[in-house]
Amino acid sequence: MDLHITGGEPTEDERAAIDALLGVPESGWEGAARDIARDGRTAAGGHSVAGQRHRLLPALHAVQDRVGWVSRGAMNYICRRLSVPPAEAWGVLTFYHLLARAPRPTAVAHVCDDIACRLRGAEALCQELETRLGPPLAGGSPAATPDMNGAGVSGAVEAAPALRRAGAPAPAAMAWQRSPCLGQCDAGSAALITRAGAMPERFVLAPAADASAIVEALAGSTPAPPRPTVRWTGTPRLLSRVGKVDPASLDGYREQGGYRALARALELGPERVIAEVTASKLLGRGGAAFPTGRKWDAVRRQPATPHYVVCNADESEPGTFKDRVLMEQDPFAVVEAMTICGLATGAAQGFIYIRGEYPLAEARVGSAIAEAREAGLLGADVMGSGQAFDIEVRRGGGAYICGEETALFNSIEGRRGEPRSKPPFPAEVGVFGKPTVANNVETLVNVLAIVLEGGESWARLGTPASTGTRLFCLSGHVERPGLYEVPFGATLRDLIDLAGGVPGGRGVKAVLLGGAAGSFVGPGHLDLPLTFEDARAAGATLGSGVIMVYDETADIADSLHRIAEFFHHESCGQCVPCRVGTQRQLELLPTLAAPSASSAAAAASVFGELSVAMKDASICGLGQTASGAIESALNLGLIERPVKGGE
Amino acid sequence: MSATIDGRPIEARAGATILDACRDAGLDVPTLCYLETLTPVNACRVCVVEVEGARVLAPACSRRIEPGMVVRTRSPRVDLSRKLVLELLGSSVDLSTAPTLEPLMREYGADPGRFGPAPATVRQSPKVDNDLYMRDYSKCVLCYKCVEACGTDAQHTFAIAAAGRGFDAHISTEFDVVLPESACVYCGNCIAVCPTGALMAKHEYDLREAGAWKPEVQTATDTTCPYCGVGCTLTVHVQDRRIVKVTSPLESEVTRGNLCVKGRFGFEYVNKTG
Repeated sequence: MDLHITGGEPTEDERAAIDALLGVPESGWEGAARDIARDGRTAAGGHSVAGQRHRLLPALHAVQDRVGWVSRGAMNYICRRLSVPPAEAWGVLTFYHLLARAPRPTAVAHVCDDIACRLRGAEALCQELETRLGPPLAGGSPAATPDMNGAGVSGAVEAAPALRRAGAPAPAAMAWQRSPCLGQCDAGSAALITRAGAMPERFVLAPAADASAIVEALAGSTPAPPRPTVRWTGTPRLLSRVGKVDPASLDGYREQGGYRALARALELGPERVIAEVTASKLLGRGGAAFPTGRKWDAVRRQPATPHYVVCNADESEPGTFKDRVLMEQDPFAVVEAMTICGLATGAAQGFIYIRGEYPLAEARVGSAIAEAREAGLLGADVMGSGQAFDIEVRRGGGAYICGEETALFNSIEGRRGEPRSKPPFPAEVGVFGKPTVANNVETLVNVLAIVLEGGESWARLGTPASTGTRLFCLSGHVERPGLYEVPFGATLRDLIDLAGGVPGGRGVKAVLLGGAAGSFVGPGHLDLPLTFEDARAAGATLGSGVIMVYDETADIADSLHRIAEFFHHESCGQCVPCRVGTQRQLELLPTLAAPSASSAAAAASVFGELSVAMKDASICGLGQTASGAIESALNLGLIERPVKGGE
Repeated sequence: MSATIDGRPIEARAGATILDACRDAGLDVPTLCYLETLTPVNACRVCVVEVEGARVLAPACSRRIEPGMVVRTRSPRVDLSRKLVLELLGSSVDLSTAPTLEPLMREYGADPGRFGPAPATVRQSPKVDNDLYMRDYSKCVLCYKCVEACGTDAQHTFAIAAAGRGFDAHISTEFDVVLPESACVYCGNCIAVCPTGALMAKHEYDLREAGAWKPEVQTATDTTCPYCGVGCTLTVHVQDRRIVKVTSPLESEVTRGNLCVKGRFGFEYVNKTG
């Protein structure tokens, strides 16, 4: 591509970070300085370079990790290396909120102020941080656009050049910003700490006890990784190894039954593996509840090649942390399950797309992949079968929408995470335009037991229409927030009891089922069996397994405002109903509680129509579900008008 | 293949979209981000229709007709979504130079004023950074047409792309640099496809600003571009015996509406008559 690139060269640090990922360029065609004697008689480029587009997001991450932000010079160099037009790279850079495009301190705390953490005092923590570190960076918000010179977006930013001149990260070289849910809802408070540099550090502080703990983490302390609360009833299938196996040890995994399922799958062969998965009636656990066996079968039958496996680990639904716990505590299970999926569906390459807020999961899955490859469990000859399968980890950039499978494909391909129109469905046209199985982490891990036990036997647990067990993420006002595995059919009350009930013996005001994209149910629904069919009949959804409990003292209006902010922040902006609709929803929300009955009713009528249009006319699930929680709160009477009205 | 649209049995060719089938059957479906010469992006959602058995509405511009499909192009659901889309646009974007949207607003009873006293808008100052055209993103509905025309659907220049996210999503050059610093080659093919006047030739913009833009007295004459041997069809728009704009017909087999900088902007010498 004939690129037109102006305005800046990379610094040595930036160039080194990019070359460390992409290799040193061999000619001017690939981004090195032009040398007519060397480059003048050859042409390297075209598809071999343009085919590297999918490395755009990893390259931007590399610069972000090294320098703390992406300058125009760095972006230009990446564009040259990958043959990407700068305007398109800018479109990608400005899409992901973990990427900064203006100078900022090298150490940044991304502090969760989302719904679950708010119920446990996140706002107070943010106020405390504001006192200690000044106002939050606006850099994480897509609304913040730097001026052309890349000048700062907040007070903390302006300090950065001086600090860089000083050469060392002085204590003041730190800042913070608010973050959507970090998937640490069992901890009650959390901060993602990123420290850019030659040895970049990214880790999560959970719980983030107070502002001092965050400041210490920013200054250099690395806390011990958290140990999750996990419980179950009966025999766990998904959590059996969690907390018992060394996540770094392949031998440990094998001692606890690991890789028996892959061996069995190789005995069975692809058709029978798919038959067992189909017989199990396993439904996808990411939210859409699509039959997994049917998906695998559809991909296996596709004549177009190659096929791909994509594990959707972009778990970003507020209140959800189940996939994180599986990846952090039992990473080999995810790798083994993806391998089974790949061999069954005729794919030789898999991607696991892990959200950027999960550095520990990324590290552990990454090292599990490396160890499995070393042991011949991935690579050209998986377990001596003569079949090839390998997995590449991709890190998300901070975009909830990338959990939508087609947006995720675009993100892997180095494009903006904008969802595609379906049909065509991923089984036919997926990542790189090829047949693709896209499965959630929990869905895949279920396959291990299905292959070992046989689908029909596995399906005996649960209900006829919702087979197996389910992971539920309990958070909010329960004694023991954590991850709970129960057979389908347990009621909401069972789960809340399992989590120790509501603190102080207080009553339940409402429960948010399925996360921000789900809906509220009232105390009248506590005996609702948590199955796909019962939830649907009750007009609710299990979604990604979120059960967020609000006790009778909870401020629901505060949560609703945060949910409206969340969708406003996370809409990709592609289609009108969602782009403008999420903005209008945020504006309309306060008027729903207008003091006069007639103006509140008028607002509710506008909101009702808006909600229908967003559900009916948005491209993807984000816009289609963005108004659901607020609508359910309205229906339940959880949006209260002040008693003394104007009428 | 056979399908039913608005109760009428129709025969559609293989690969036809619902919109194609509707237009073949003489049924009107409104569009905004759609253009015959560009790949459908189905972003505006003005063209949504009801497909029987589907959970949500489908964009007519990109959904392919399937055998036996039952489609309704007007229904209370369809009308409500179209009305809301128009209201959302009308309440956030300056549509004063988007003449095709006004009759639609009336037809669907859209009232953009009902989102409260001060809804957020995309209002901003026009970008005038070169002599050939200006960009007023207050008027941008984010239909992506200009990006497509600049990119793989026509020009392959890639000077502009969608940037930002959510309500802040917008069309931009890299780091929002001025056009002369970007990859822009001033073909003006983005202007040709812009449905709202957000992108406009500087010449037209200046005349409008001066109150001297008079479409009612303009004539349009087709001719052949004098510059090179390709032979592009030009439509020369003349007002008061002066050329005020040059376009090319979408139907032209040679140009499909596209031109180069010379064909589109190189007419000033004709106006210099002494």
